[in-house]
Amino acid sequence: MPGLIGKKIGMTSVFSADGKNVPCTVIEAGPCVVTQIKTVEKDGYEAVQLAFDDKKEKSTTKPMKGHFEKAGTTPKRKLVEFNKFEKEWKLGDKITVADIFEEDIFVDVTGISKGKGFQGVVKRHGFRGVNDATHGQHNRLRAPGSIGASSYPSRVFKGMRMAGRTGNERVKIQNLRVLKVIPENNLILVKGSVPGARNSYLIIEK
Amino acid sequence: MDLIKVAESAFESGIEMPKFGPGDTISVHYKIKEGNKERIQVFKGVVIQIKGHGNNKRFTVRKISNNVGIERIFPMNSPFIEKVELNRAGKVRRARIFYLRGLTGKKARIKEKRI
Repeated sequence: MPGLIGKKIGMTSVFSADGKNVPCTVIEAGPCVVTQIKTVEKDGYEAVQLAFDDKKEKSTTKPMKGHFEKAGTTPKRKLVEFNKFEKEWKLGDKITVADIFEEDIFVDVTGISKGKGFQGVVKRHGFRGVNDATHGQHNRLRAPGSIGASSYPSRVFKGMRMAGRTGNERVKIQNLRVLKVIPENNLILVKGSVPGARNSYLIIEK
Repeated sequence: MDLIKVAESAFESGIEMPKFGPGDTISVHYKIKEGNKERIQVFKGVVIQIKGHGNNKRFTVRKISNNVGIERIFPMNSPFIEKVELNRAGKVRRARIFYLRGLTGKKARIKEKRI
């Protein structure tokens, strides 16, 4: 879908027109540069590759330098493909927030969630644990309970939800309302929270 | 952090407020919605604290009504505030004058600030 690459700035709350205090996330979206245009004839599918956020020339590999040179732009950190843009973009074009987003539309935001380390099943999978601290319970409050039957099947099924590394994975939040677009500062405000820490990269799609 | 302030300033209610602080007596003209009718209620009392910062700033106003102390917290940026009037500047020594809650009658008076 059409969209932009952005950076999470942080959260705040604002008063909406009907007087409600709405939680919102501030995202710096774009300006993104078109670095490659993929076509059915050449690549088998249609897409527009966008780049965001400057990076040092010396930390760019030679092949990537050539790639950015073709588009006539400085090296960038993040490259993402989008498709189905309303407008035809050319190599080297700059796309800003106002070109893609407007107020009161819904967007999907993808990011890498905050890493939470090794976590138990209550946090990781939303298990309830034992809901009672009394009636004979003493050390099973957040335990997973039974993980299967006994002699049949005599094993634990694959994919059984257990404790383990949590977070630090790609998460997409769908249908976030755009509260405001501020083109002067390349900002977009969406209602609610988005995955990831501050300054992490986000993909915002219409 | 700076860009958050830019985003917040885009949502400011835009009404001009007089400069007031704790100890001052103010009247807050507050819009109240009843069904689809709107009317304005005036809440007059002493500011006992100002809390928060940025978009989150809010102030507490205390008044005595029918011998019962009433406190109300208003967000500075609330779109329901029509206007704020400064009635009397008070002279107090602290930023949060909660001691006022324990005082009644003549003891609960605040000296006026002379400028």
